Amino acid sequence: MNEMVKNTGLFAIVALLIVITGVMQSWNTALLILNMGLISAIMALGVNLQWGFAGLFNVGIMGFVALGGLASVLIAMPPTEGAWAAGGYGIVLGLLMGAATIVAAVLTYQRMPNSRARTLAMLAILTIGFFLYRAVYDPGVDAVESINPASTGNIGGLGLPILLSWPVGGLLAAGVAWIIGKTALGLRSDYLAIATLGIAEIIIAVMKNEDWLARGVKNVIGLPRPVPLEVDLQRDPEFVERAAGFGLDAVTASTIYVKLEYAALFAVVLVILLWMAQKALNSPWGRMMRAIRDNEVAAEAMGKDVTRRHLQIFILGSAICGIAGAMMTTLDGQLTPGTYQPLRFTFLVWVMVIVGGSGNNFGAVLGGFLIWFLWVQVEPIGLWLMSTLTSGMTDGALKTHLMDSAAHMRLFTMGLILLLVLRFSPRGLIPEK
Amino acid sequence: MDLLNAFITLSNFVIIPAIAYGSQLALGALGVTLIYGILRFSNFAHGDTMAFGTMITILFTWWFQHMGLSLGPLPTAILALPFGIAGCALFVLLTDRAVYRFYRMQKAKPVILVIVSMGVMFIMNGVVRFIIGPDDHNFSDGERFIISARTFRDMTGLEEGLAIRTSTGITVVTAVVVVALLFWFLNKTRTGKSMRAYSDNEDLALLSGINPEKVVVVTWVIVAALATVAGTLYGLDKSFKAFTYFQLLLPIFASAIVGGLGSPVGAIAGGFVIAFSEVTITYAWKKVLVYALPDGMGPDGLVQLLSTDYKFAVSFIILLVVLLFRPTGLFKGKSV
Repeated sequence: MNEMVKNTGLFAIVALLIVITGVMQSWNTALLILNMGLISAIMALGVNLQWGFAGLFNVGIMGFVALGGLASVLIAMPPTEGAWAAGGYGIVLGLLMGAATIVAAVLTYQRMPNSRARTLAMLAILTIGFFLYRAVYDPGVDAVESINPASTGNIGGLGLPILLSWPVGGLLAAGVAWIIGKTALGLRSDYLAIATLGIAEIIIAVMKNEDWLARGVKNVIGLPRPVPLEVDLQRDPEFVERAAGFGLDAVTASTIYVKLEYAALFAVVLVILLWMAQKALNSPWGRMMRAIRDNEVAAEAMGKDVTRRHLQIFILGSAICGIAGAMMTTLDGQLTPGTYQPLRFTFLVWVMVIVGGSGNNFGAVLGGFLIWFLWVQVEPIGLWLMSTLTSGMTDGALKTHLMDSAAHMRLFTMGLILLLVLRFSPRGLIPEK
Repeated sequence: MDLLNAFITLSNFVIIPAIAYGSQLALGALGVTLIYGILRFSNFAHGDTMAFGTMITILFTWWFQHMGLSLGPLPTAILALPFGIAGCALFVLLTDRAVYRFYRMQKAKPVILVIVSMGVMFIMNGVVRFIIGPDDHNFSDGERFIISARTFRDMTGLEEGLAIRTSTGITVVTAVVVVALLFWFLNKTRTGKSMRAYSDNEDLALLSGINPEKVVVVTWVIVAALATVAGTLYGLDKSFKAFTYFQLLLPIFASAIVGGLGSPVGAIAGGFVIAFSEVTITYAWKKVLVYALPDGMGPDGLVQLLSTDYKFAVSFIILLVVLLFRPTGLFKGKSV
C-alpha cells in the first residue's frame, strides 16, 4: 500500500507541475507539455519493453519515430496527380529488384559451398543487380520529382484518415525492426547499440534525400488533422457562445479545445498500450523475458529460444516507437526530417526510461512526463537563473554570451539528471518489482 | 586515353582526401579502442570528447592570434594543441574521478558503463555548446596550400591539377608521429606494457602488482590526447561544429569495430578502410573514367554510386558485413 501511495504521489507531483505551468505561464503551454508528454510516455514504454523487459540496448529510437512520421504522410496526404503513372511503378519495381538482388546474394551464400566461386558469384550478383536497380529506379525518381516540384514532387499518400497512420506507423517500424533484428540481434550488446545508432542515421538520411517519398528536406506541411481546425471553431457561433460561458475569448478557447481533443486521443492510445504492457509483464511471456534478461544461459538451458524472443520484443518495442512517431507528426501537422536529432529522439527517451525506472511500465510513463516537462522548462529556468546571476554584471560581451548560452543548459541538465539517478537511485523513481 | 591525367584526378579527389579523412578516423578509433580494451566499455562520449578538446584548442588559438603569435605558414592551432590536450585530459580525468570510477569499483556491467557514458555525452555536449555555441567555427589560418592546383599544372604541364592542402599535409604528418609515439609507448615503455597486460588479462595483471588506477589514468590521458589531435585535425580540414563531432561517432565506431575492438593496429586499418570506402563510393567517377577509357567511350552520367549524403550508410554497411562474416574484426579484437 505504501508503495502505491508513493507512486500516486509521484504522478500527482508531475500533474501539479503541469498545472503550475498552466497557472504561471499559460494553459496552452501546459497542454503542449501534456500532449508531448503523452507521446514521450509512449516512446518510453516502447524502450522500456526492449531494455526493461529484455535488456536490449537500442539506440536507434529516432529512426523508428521518423518512420512513424513517414507513415502519416504516406497514409494521410492526398495522392499526387499522375505521379504513380509517371514513375511510381518504376520506383516500386526498382526497389523490388534491389531487394531481389540482396535475397539472391544471401541465397547464393547459403546454398553454394564455401569457395572462391561463391565469393565471385555473390559479387557479380550484387554488382549487376545494383546497376539494374539504378537503371530502373532512377528514371522513375526523376519523373516523380519533376511533377510540380515547388509544392509536391513526391508520390503523395493514399488520402486515408490520419488516425489510420498510427497503426501503420507501428507496422512500418516493425518491418524495419525485423530486418535489423535479423542481422544485428545475434551480436553482442554494444554492437547492437552501434548497429541501431547507424540504422537510425540511415533512415533519416533516406528521408532527407529521397524527395519522391516525402519531399525530403523540403518538408511536407499541412497534414490532415483528426480534430477540427481552430479557425472553423472560431467561426462557429455555438462554440463562441459556449466559450463565452466559460469566460474565454474564442481564440484561446479554440486552441485549448483542440489541444484537449488531441490529449484525449493520445491518452486513449497510452492507456491501451500501458494496459497491454502491464498484461505482458505479468504474463508467463513477461516472466520468461525477464528470465532471459537476467540469465541468458539458464534460459537457453530451459529450452527458450533466446534469439527469437529477442527479435520478437525488439519488433514490438520498435512498433510502439513507430506509433508514437506517427502521433507526433499528426500533432505537429508536418513532417520535417531535418529536425530529427539523436540527442532529442533517442538519448532523451533513454533518460526518460532510466529516470522513471527501467523494467516498470508506470516508471517509464512517469519518466516520459517528468523528463519532457524538464526538457521544456529547463530553458526558461536557465534563462531566469542566468539573468539573476548576471544581474550584478555590467552589460558587455561576456554577459551577452552567457545569456545566449543559457539555452544550451538543457543538454547539461539532462546529462546531470541521468548521472545522478544512475548513481544514487539506479533502479529509477518507480523501481521494478 | 590519358592515364596520367586520370591518376592525377583520382589522387586529387579520392586518394588524398581519403588519406586525410582516414588518418582522422584512425586517431579517433584508436581512442575508442583503447577505452574498450582497458576500461572495457564503448564510450559514447568520444565524439564529444573530441569536440571538447578541439574547443579548448580553438580558444587558445584565438588567444594566440589575438596576441599576434603565429607559426608563419602553419596554422596557429598547432601551437595551441598541447594546451587543448592538457585541458581535455584534465576534464576527462575529472569525469573519470566523479563518474566512471564509482562503477569501476562496483564492477558494473559494461552496458551500464555505456549508459553512463551517454550521460557524460550529454554533459560534454552541453558544456561545449555553452562555451563556444552550436555554430560553425573556422579556425584554420596560415598558408592554405602546400601545392595549389595551378602551381601543379604550371609545374608539370598536365591538364589536371593536384592540390595538396596544408591541413592535409599536417594531418598525415601528425597522425604518423602520434601513432609512432603511441606504439613506441605501448610496446617499449614499462607503463605501456602494463597497460597491454591489463587489457589482456586483468586478474593476472593485478596479481603481478600493476596498479590499476595508474593504468586507467594513463589511458584517459592518452585517449584525451588522441581525441584532441583527431578533433583538431578534422576541424582544420573541415570546420568545427559541435553537432558534426557528435555524428563522427558512427564512422569512428565503425572503424574501431571493423579493425577489431581493442586492437590498435586494427583501429588504424579500420579508419582507412572506412574512409576509402566512403570517398570512393560517394565520388562521381565521370572525370576519371573519361580520361582512363579510350576516346568516345566515356560515360554520360556522373557514375556516382551513392550520393554524398549516404556516406553514413557506407560505413554502416561495411560494419554490418564485417560483423556478420568476421565478428571480431579484421585484426582479432577481443569480445567481452
